[in-house]
Parts: sequence; C-alpha cells; structure tokens
Amino acid sequence: MTEKKDVKTQESKTVQQAGQDERVIRPPVDIYEDVAGITLQADMPGVPKDRLNIHVDKDMLSIAGDAFIDTPEGMDALYADVIVTRYQRSFSLSGELDGTKVDASLKDGVLTLHIPKREEHKPRKIEVRVG
Amino acid sequence: MYGTLRTFDSSLSDEFRRLEREVDQLFGSGSWPNSIRAAARGAYPPINVGSTPTQVDVYLFAAGIDQKSVDVSIQQNLLTVAGERKLEVREGVDYYRKERFDGAFRRALTLPEDVDPDKVDARYKDGVLHISIQRREAVKPRQIEIK
Repeated sequence: MTEKKDVKTQESKTVQQAGQDERVIRPPVDIYEDVAGITLQADMPGVPKDRLNIHVDKDMLSIAGDAFIDTPEGMDALYADVIVTRYQRSFSLSGELDGTKVDASLKDGVLTLHIPKREEHKPRKIEVRVG
Repeated sequence: MYGTLRTFDSSLSDEFRRLEREVDQLFGSGSWPNSIRAAARGAYPPINVGSTPTQVDVYLFAAGIDQKSVDVSIQQNLLTVAGERKLEVREGVDYYRKERFDGAFRRALTLPEDVDPDKVDARYKDGVLHISIQRREAVKPRQIEIK
C-alpha cells in the first residue's frame, strides 16, 4: 500500500532565463529510483535557499541557483577553480512522474529532490485468488 | 613513401583530451601560474583564493561534508585541507547517475609568505568552507613620514 504524502511543491514561475552566452556550472548529480519515485541529489555549494530556483514546466525539470560567496571588499583573486557562480541543469521527466509534487530540500549546498510517481504508476501487488 | 599507420585513429578518449585542451585554451588555464602543488583540473574540492592587504581568504566548494571530518592545518604558509565525504548509498534502488564525489580528499596550497599561522578562522556555510588567514602586521604597507 502506498499512502499519499502531503508534499510541498516548489514550483516557481519566476525562474530567470539565462542568456545563451552566459556560462554556468553543471552541478554533478546522483539519481536513483525506488518504488515511490525518483530521487535526485545535486551539489551546489555556495547556494543559499533564497537563491535556489526549481522549476517544473510540463515534463521539464530545471534546477538553477546562484552561489553567494562572502568576500571582503577589495579582494584580489590569487587562484580560482570556480569562475562562474551560477549553477544550472535540466532534466526531462517521463510521463509516470508527477512534476507537481516535487519535494525539495537544501542542506549544506546539497539539493535533494524527490519526484514521486503518479499513483496509477506505482507498482501494485496483484492478488491471486484461489479458484 | 611512408604510409601513415594511424591516420584516422581517433578514439573517444583522444577526443576528450583534445576537447580538454581546447577548453583550457579558451578559458585560459594559463592565466594563473601553476604552483608546484597545483592539482589537476577537476580536483575535489574546487578552491578559490583571494587576498586583501590584511588577510588571505580560501574558499573550498565542498557541499554536504561533515565538518568534524575535515582537518584544516597550516604550517608556515602551507595550508592543507583533508577530509572525507561519505555519501549515503541506498541499497536496493537503481542508480542512473553517480557523478558526485565520494571518498577522501586532500588539497594543499601555498599561501603568500606573510600569513600568520596563528590567526586562522574557518567557517562552513551553505557547502562552502571559508578559511581566513590574517597577514602579519609588519608587512602591511606603512606610510613613512618625511621629516
């Protein structure tokens, strides 16, 4: 049996459309599937909650975030592995996933998204009656 | 005439290497001189270093690490950050992608020589480890009065 969880939807209509020429970091992700749905984890260090944008448009899931790095005034860069502060990546969702019930959490720069399967697509156990 | 043996030999890994070279040229990996301890591109965690007249700031982009597992040490002006990121691997599920770093890491970097190893402050916020090291008083620029 699967119970319907009351999940928060983090849908945002105000996701900024990044220009084509703007360079972004493609955050590394882990994605796995279990009976309830798909879980996605993405590394987005430096992104606070208020600078994170998760957007579901039909079957397209987009994650975007801007890193906020507290730098002292007048700092000169001596060395930089990270030269872009915007993260962006999108995924297409297949039809059995319910994009309206995406649950998102962010902790220490790790974004975790749970995308549940639609009720009718969850595996059901078929009982065999003894005839 | 000598025939070329491997004229069209271009395996996928060669292609990647070529791409990497081109990206390096495009984005100017040559703009910073390479330190002897510099790690190869893609080392974990990525580091940024900045300086002001009073301090040197080091930022390590290491999301989701346990602060207690991180060891920050400084010897003279050599800063070493070592730790481990252990990802929770779920059993009995199908993984489609596993791109996130998992395991032990260590990065060492040489800071400017005037840093004071006794005045180091480290904070971890939103997945970024920020280490500030104060510079010694004596080397700060001073105004010399002409009598």
